[in-house]
Amino acid sequence: MKAAGVILAVVAALALQTTLARFFVRGAAAVDLVLVVVVYVALTSGPATGLLTGTFAGLVQDALLPNAVMGIGGLPNGVIGIGGLAKTMVGFLAGVIGTQFIVSQPLPRFVVFFAASVMHGVVFMGLYTLLDLRHFGAPYAEVGVQSAANAVVGVVAFQMVELLPGAVERRRAAKSRLRR
Amino acid sequence: MALQDIRQRSGYLFLAVMLGLVLLISAQVNSRSGVPVRESLTSGIFSEVQRVLSGGVSGVRRLWSGYVGLRNLRAENEELKRQLAAAEIASQEQRALADRARGLEKMLELRDRVNLRTTAAEIIGAAAMPDFRTLTIDKGTRDGLGPDMAVIAPAGVVGRLVAPSARSAKVQLLIDRNAAAGAIVERTRAQGVVVGGGNERLQMQYVSEASDIAVGDVVVTSGIDGIYPKGFIIGRVETVEKNGPAFKRIVVKPAVDFSQLEEVLVVLTPTPAKEAAAGVSE
Repeated sequence: MKAAGVILAVVAALALQTTLARFFVRGAAAVDLVLVVVVYVALTSGPATGLLTGTFAGLVQDALLPNAVMGIGGLPNGVIGIGGLAKTMVGFLAGVIGTQFIVSQPLPRFVVFFAASVMHGVVFMGLYTLLDLRHFGAPYAEVGVQSAANAVVGVVAFQMVELLPGAVERRRAAKSRLRR
Repeated sequence: MALQDIRQRSGYLFLAVMLGLVLLISAQVNSRSGVPVRESLTSGIFSEVQRVLSGGVSGVRRLWSGYVGLRNLRAENEELKRQLAAAEIASQEQRALADRARGLEKMLELRDRVNLRTTAAEIIGAAAMPDFRTLTIDKGTRDGLGPDMAVIAPAGVVGRLVAPSARSAKVQLLIDRNAAAGAIVERTRAQGVVVGGGNERLQMQYVSEASDIAVGDVVVTSGIDGIYPKGFIIGRVETVEKNGPAFKRIVVKPAVDFSQLEEVLVVLTPTPAKEAAAGVSE
């Protein structure tokens, strides 16, 4: 049941990402919604679920890239597994942090999301560069802005998930009081 | 019970998964030829999902703008936009024609330019990861599309087709990090290669330090890459700096606003270079 929920969340994030991302092609501002879901699941469910979610989500994302098509100098544009590996590491470490530390306030959550996004960027771009498959130049600002955007979306998602059920309950209680 | 045991030993699970992924990556990096079946499958299946989602989003947008906005004005506006787009395409073709007319050799290629066949396609999705600049369009091999076909918009060059499946295709935008196109500065005919940087700007490389390049110069496709037809606008020179003793560092602002694209044109006519290559292979 939980696995189905996680798969649904990843697919929904992916669908949202591919549907809406084209309206925000401006690179640096792009949010990786799938990464946000992976970190969220890892923080709420622990390292094992986090890493499996990361593996699944990363592999699905990799599979949707135009992998075998040659880019500059005959290099492939994408390789299945690099995104999976990056998200697996992020999912595992975020899960470990979630179990070892209290990450229940917006600021610690922001820090975890931000650090996870930076780590994802470093591993993802590092592997592509290491394997000489893709050239990223010096994307420090881009990674920074993207990580901050991911962190904001992650914190907002947490707040919404936590506050919304309470809001519904409160509204019901207020209505019942009025009826009396 | 076994699942519980795995969860308690997440470190081992992590190592096992990482090992599997490393093996997976190694297998692909060693073999770099051909389009894998799984890519075609996954791309095909997901593009159907994107098509449905895009249809839903477009439907809601149309409904909203149709009922809330002024209907007649909208229709008139769309018609005018279509006319403007057609005029811009025609203008680009004329610009390219003028270039060709400058030399006898170019004159001989005039017929190819005039007979440029294109097909319109709607954008139905974007890349699954923000680090890749691709779009998905709603036409594929069934509509006569193939890999490495140029994709253009009224404003200029958009990119090239990279992974066509039956009913959809992925377009690698010119701003993608692995994208490149042969380019020429229209005013001075200085040649170079325009490459994407993953952001909103392009870089024109391998332009000689001796070349006369100024801010605002129009950069067009040179056609030497065998993908993009000659004479189509890439963008305008934004900055020019010295880059070592031999080359200039030129930043080009793309003519196309990639975040505003809704429809594109795929050039079906093969470039002379591609035709020549096909002739050699035959």
